[in-house]
Amino acid sequence: MPPRLNIVVPVKRVIDFAIKPRINASKNVIETNGVKFSLNPFCEIAVEEAVRLRESNKDLVESITLVSAGSSKALDTLRAGLALGADRAALIETSEIDDSRSLELEPLAVAKLLKAFVEKANANLVIMGKQAIDDDSNQTGQMLAGLLNWSQATNASKVTVDGASGVVTVAREVDGGTETLSAALPLVITTDLRLNTPRYTKLQDIMKAKKKKTEKVTPADLGVDITPRLEIVSLSEPPKRTGGDKVDSVDALIGKLKDVGAI
Amino acid sequence: MPPILRSMARVGSRILPRCGQAYTRAPLRLLSTTIPLRNSVTSILEFDDDVEMFRSVVSRFNADVVAPLTEKMDEEEHIDPGIISALFETGLMAVETPEEYGGAGASFTAAVAIVEELAKCDPSVSVLNDVHNTLVNTCVRKWGSDYIKDTYLPQLSTAKLGAFALSEPGAGSDAFALRTRARKLSDGDFVIEGGKMWITNGAEAEVFVVFANAEPEKGYRGITAFVVEKPWGVKVVKKEKKLGIRASSTAVLAFDEVHVPKQNVLGIYGQGYKIAIECLNEGRIGIAAQMTGLAQGAFDRAVSYVFNDRKQFGKYVGEFQGMQFQIAQIACEIEAARLLLYNAARIKDGGGDFVKEAAMAKLVASQVAEKTASKAVEWMGGVGFTREESVEKFYRDAKIGAIYEGTSNIQLQTIAKLIQKKYTSS
Repeated sequence: MPPRLNIVVPVKRVIDFAIKPRINASKNVIETNGVKFSLNPFCEIAVEEAVRLRESNKDLVESITLVSAGSSKALDTLRAGLALGADRAALIETSEIDDSRSLELEPLAVAKLLKAFVEKANANLVIMGKQAIDDDSNQTGQMLAGLLNWSQATNASKVTVDGASGVVTVAREVDGGTETLSAALPLVITTDLRLNTPRYTKLQDIMKAKKKKTEKVTPADLGVDITPRLEIVSLSEPPKRTGGDKVDSVDALIGKLKDVGAI
Repeated sequence: MPPILRSMARVGSRILPRCGQAYTRAPLRLLSTTIPLRNSVTSILEFDDDVEMFRSVVSRFNADVVAPLTEKMDEEEHIDPGIISALFETGLMAVETPEEYGGAGASFTAAVAIVEELAKCDPSVSVLNDVHNTLVNTCVRKWGSDYIKDTYLPQLSTAKLGAFALSEPGAGSDAFALRTRARKLSDGDFVIEGGKMWITNGAEAEVFVVFANAEPEKGYRGITAFVVEKPWGVKVVKKEKKLGIRASSTAVLAFDEVHVPKQNVLGIYGQGYKIAIECLNEGRIGIAAQMTGLAQGAFDRAVSYVFNDRKQFGKYVGEFQGMQFQIAQIACEIEAARLLLYNAARIKDGGGDFVKEAAMAKLVASQVAEKTASKAVEWMGGVGFTREESVEKFYRDAKIGAIYEGTSNIQLQTIAKLIQKKYTSS
C-alpha cells in the first residue's frame, strides 16, 4: 500500500521582507507598531511545496495542515497559507507574547510545541522554512527532527517523493555545492530559497480560505513550557556603511588590506 | 407641548436628522455595514482582512508584474497582454462577481481598494481594471437576465475584457444626446448602427456594454443597453494618442449593422439611461480610487527620493523647511481625498445614498492627484522631469481625472444641485 503523506507545514508571521526594521531603543525591542507583517518567505515556499506534491500525484497527499505559534494576529498568516492551498490550520496561541516581544518565543520552545502538535496530528512529513527572516535562527527544523527522532533534510532545493516506496530524495544546497540525500518517512524537510517560486494567490482562494477550518490550541494543551531561557541584553542596528576606496591593482588591494589590519 | 419647546423641536428637526429618516448619508448604517470594521470604529481607513489581503496581493503583483513594464507600456502606448491575463489569473478581474460565476464575491470597497493599489504603480493598468470591474461587471451583474449572467459573467471573470460604450463624438457630458441607433427587427432582434468614442479598453475588449437608442422619437427614454460581442461586428476604427494613461486604449468604435439577439438586451428596454446614470455614479468612486492611488504613488516616489537620495548644501533636500511644509500640505490633501473615497465606498456598500459623496470624492481626488503629481516632479528636480524616473508619468496621467467619468464641472454641478435641494425650504 503506497504511503500517503500527512503533511504539517509550520509557518511564521514576520515583519514583511520589504520593510527595514527599526529598534525602539527605550524598550529594547523591535518597533512593530503599525508595521506590516507577512508570511515568512521560506514558510511560503514550504506551503507551495506541499501543494505541489499534491498536484504532482493526487493520491500521494492525504492532508496539508498549517500550524503557527503566536498571537491571534497569526490567523491572517494562516489564512494566507490556506489561500495557497493548504486544507486546514491550527494556531498555537501564545497570547502573552505580542508582536514586539516575538523574540521571546525561542526556537527550542517552538520545536517542542511542534513536536507535540505533529504527534497529535499523526503527521509523517514536516515541510518548513529553513529560517525566519526576523531572527534568522535556522534551528527550529533541526531541533524538531531531533526531538521527534526523525530524519532531517535541511536547506532543500529539490524534493522528490517516490509514490510507491515512500522514499524521499532531497537535494540540499551546501557550501561546497549540492548534496543529495534520500530518506524514508517520517522526515523533516526545511526549505531553501530556490526550492520553488510560490504562486500568486487568487482572490477567489483568499475568500475560500475563510471557510477552511482553523483550530486553536494553547501551549498548556500541548503540555509545553515556553518560558524563555535567553535574555536579550541589548539590540542595536548594524553600523552604517561608510564609504570605501577604489584601487586599481591587486597589489594595491593587498596593501590596503594590510594597512587596515584586515590581513 | 409648551410653545417654546415646540419651536425648539422645530429648529432641532431642521439641524439634526431624525433617526430612521432618509438623509443624504446614513450614519447609523455606516456602523453596521456589510464590511466589518476592525476593533469597532477607529478609522474608516481600517479595512477588514479580505481587503488587506487583496491589497497585499496587488502590491506584490505591482512589484513583480507591472512595475518592470510600466515605462515600456507608456512609451509603446500599449498594455502588455501578459498583464491582462495575469490580472484574470489572480482573480483581480472579478472582485464583486459572485463565486458561482467564478468571482471572488467580495465587496465594492474591496474592488475600489484594488483600483487604488494598482494606480500606485500604473494608473493605466488601474483604469483597465476599474472599468472592467466597476462598470462592465457591475452592469451585467445588476441588470443582466439569468441568461446574460450565466453567459457573460464567467467569461468576464476568466478571460474576456469588457468595455463600456456610452460616449460619442456629440455625446460626452450630455450622454443622452447619443445617436447610435438600435433598429428593432420583426423577430425582436436588433441591429446597432453608429459610432462610439473615448471608449476605455476599446482595443482589447471582447464584451461591450453598448448604449443605443431604440426609439429616438422618445428622446432619452428610448436608450437601451445591450451586451455585444466583438465578433458580431464591433470595429476598432482608431486608438487615440494621448497625453496620459497612454497604455490604456481609448478607442473610436464603429457599429456597422451589428446584429444583436433580443436576449442580449441588458435590463429593461428603454431604460438604458437609468443603467448609465447608476453605473456612472458608482464608477465615479472607482476613478476617485485611481486618482488617490496615483497621488500616493507619486508622493511615495518623490518623498522617498528627497529623504534618502538627494543631498544638496550638505543635507537631504527633504530636510529643508520649505520642502517639509510642502510635503506636509500635500500629505494632508491625499489623506483627505482618501477619506472622501472610502466614505463614499462604505456608504455605497451599506446601501445608503452616495451620489453627493461619490461626486465629492472624484472631484477632490482628481484635483489632489494633479497637484501632488505636479509637486512630485518639482521635488525631484531635474530627475523628476526625466522619463526614466517615471514620476513625470504620474503628472501626465493625472490630468484625465478631471475629465472622464464625469468632468469636474459635472461633479460640481451634481454637488451644487444636491446642496440647493437640501437648503431650499419648500
